[in-house]
Amino acid sequence: MKNELVVDRHDAKLSMAHLYIAFAAVLLGGIAGLLQTLVRSGTIQLPAGIGYYQLLTAHGILLALVFTTYFIIGFFYAGMSRTMGKFYDQPYRMGWLGYIVMTIGTALTTVMVLLNEGTVLYTFYAPLKASPWFYIGLTLFIVGTWLAGGAMCHQYYIWKKVTHKKISPLFSFMAVMTMVLWFVATIGVAASVIFQFIPWSFGWVDEINILLSRTLFWYFGHPLVYFWLLPAYVCWYVIIPEIIGGKIFSDSLARLSFVLFLLFSIPVGFHHQLLESGISPFWKYLQVVLTFMVIVPSLMTAFSLFATFEIAGRKKGAKGLFGWFRALPWKDARFFAPMVGMLIFIPAGAGGIINASNQMNQIVHNTLWVTGHFHLTVASSVALTFFGIAYWLIPHLTGRVLTGRMHQIANLQTILWAIGMFFMSGAMHTVGLLGAPRRTAYTTYQDHPDALGWIPYEVTMAVGGSILFIAILLLMYIITDLAFFAPKGKEDFPIGEVAEAAEKTPVILENWRLWLGIATVLILVAYTVPVIHMIEHAPPGSPGYKFW
Amino acid sequence: MHMHKLERLWLMIGSGALILFLLVIGVNAFAMGHTPPSDSEILDPTQVDLTAPFDDPGLKKIGENEYELVLVAQAFTFQSNDEIKIPEGATVHFKVTSKDVVHGFQIPKTNVNMMITPGHINTITHTFDEAGQFLILCNEYCGVGHQAMGVPLEVIK
Repeated sequence: MKNELVVDRHDAKLSMAHLYIAFAAVLLGGIAGLLQTLVRSGTIQLPAGIGYYQLLTAHGILLALVFTTYFIIGFFYAGMSRTMGKFYDQPYRMGWLGYIVMTIGTALTTVMVLLNEGTVLYTFYAPLKASPWFYIGLTLFIVGTWLAGGAMCHQYYIWKKVTHKKISPLFSFMAVMTMVLWFVATIGVAASVIFQFIPWSFGWVDEINILLSRTLFWYFGHPLVYFWLLPAYVCWYVIIPEIIGGKIFSDSLARLSFVLFLLFSIPVGFHHQLLESGISPFWKYLQVVLTFMVIVPSLMTAFSLFATFEIAGRKKGAKGLFGWFRALPWKDARFFAPMVGMLIFIPAGAGGIINASNQMNQIVHNTLWVTGHFHLTVASSVALTFFGIAYWLIPHLTGRVLTGRMHQIANLQTILWAIGMFFMSGAMHTVGLLGAPRRTAYTTYQDHPDALGWIPYEVTMAVGGSILFIAILLLMYIITDLAFFAPKGKEDFPIGEVAEAAEKTPVILENWRLWLGIATVLILVAYTVPVIHMIEHAPPGSPGYKFW
Repeated sequence: MHMHKLERLWLMIGSGALILFLLVIGVNAFAMGHTPPSDSEILDPTQVDLTAPFDDPGLKKIGENEYELVLVAQAFTFQSNDEIKIPEGATVHFKVTSKDVVHGFQIPKTNVNMMITPGHINTITHTFDEAGQFLILCNEYCGVGHQAMGVPLEVIK
């Protein structure tokens, strides 16, 4: 069945405005990434006084923050407009305002990084002190995302009032849930930047509480990774079933998994601080337990997806235990890229469980293993899914079509990405286990035998990084073509339908007060006592340092 | 809410595995004493050089084949008054703080790995069973010379 619905022309513009910036960030961040792998392996030295850590800061900000956030917001506007109808005036204007504020913030922070005034990496750990304008840029970026989230929530609110429906479309529910998760998460980093970093970097206060700033950052930093992941889950749950000619396995369970992400992805930040002083082992372990809870909705997701695949395959007449796997539309780029992303998420998720395993973290903490890990999760599972979305979303929004030839080129892109990542992330994981630190320029530590043994792996990383860069160039060709040159026409915006056998969705799943209430309680349980301890038993604060 | 029979089974196996993992790391941490480094001692980060024991960092023998190694992390080295030479089989208690920014403290080929945050002391213990060349390195970005921040540690027969 063809979907006749098209995203409103104005909403399409708003969405595309976000996607342009998202993919420009991929190109710039990709160039930085390529150079990093070449520097780290000792292949080249950077010209013109560009620092390795300056590039690393740019790489992190452009890809982990700019690409992901702009893409997610653009995707959500389009999907909400597709499933709820055209944006109402007020939320629409708020959407543009958010875009402008975010973009001013992004530009300001980028300029500070280029001026070498903000070489503090995208985690900006105190007491390394950047220019106040670096932090102000980040603040504006966050405020812009709040306006975007506000626009989506407002749209959802008006839609419910106008239609008198108790249950919203699955896509819109998931989009709003993701933005609610983002609101709750960003409170931490915003509090830290506004009340700690900005006054301190302007010199209004002399000292900063290091442990508190790190705790507030990681209160935000872990749900941040779920903010990246959930939009990919939206694609896997809502879009993919339609593309493969199947049905959504269960609307209720899909919503339930998103509710569980809201509850369990936030009170878990200590698993990034397991090796730190000043937090007692009890509270660390408690948050490790909560971290493991968040694996349950991912297990639910895996089940639903493969159930959808199998049912769709069998309907097409696939035989045998695994015949349905072959029957999947492997040549369809809209399916292939997200599917490869999904498959990569299996080892990636397993690696994540290792990282979060309390004392086991000691083996891998701050080694290249961790870098390898998130290049599988966010830079493969999430990124490939986002690319797969862009392949139909951009032509849908620009009134063009994804041609058969473009399907082939896009599939080649996915294959190159998987191969490049196999070498790069595989080498990172391995050399990380041998002890090579992450976020470190080329070094042999005065020809220490241990460090010399890492070099072949670092060369492998550079080989993988080079393949990935070719994949990025190919991606740029595809995106440019789809946005400006592909044949005019109508590309579907696939939205899956729920299987007939599935039960009616319980209204309680859209009870925001209930879920936000439980989330708040969990956060208070996990954080109140240790945070009071870190404020009451704080050492004298630290002055700032500019060591670059 | 209805759940497919197989989905219930799948989630039961998955959750069971998670509970098992948590029990293993919980018992290992709290019953067998392998909690991650979480020292609660604090000091003034601007007065490290005047605060004992960091006013005299280095290797001190504290028992039969047992040592305390006090180090001050600073951009871009680990400060010690002694060369770090440890007899084979010795147990070493590392006691480290930072006098400027956040640093990491890691010894490849061992489980020694902890964060060094200014104002806090962090401690970890390791027994070096085999002689050889080791490397103490910083694994948290600390500035332009971060990649140079490593000192050798030798375990001698």
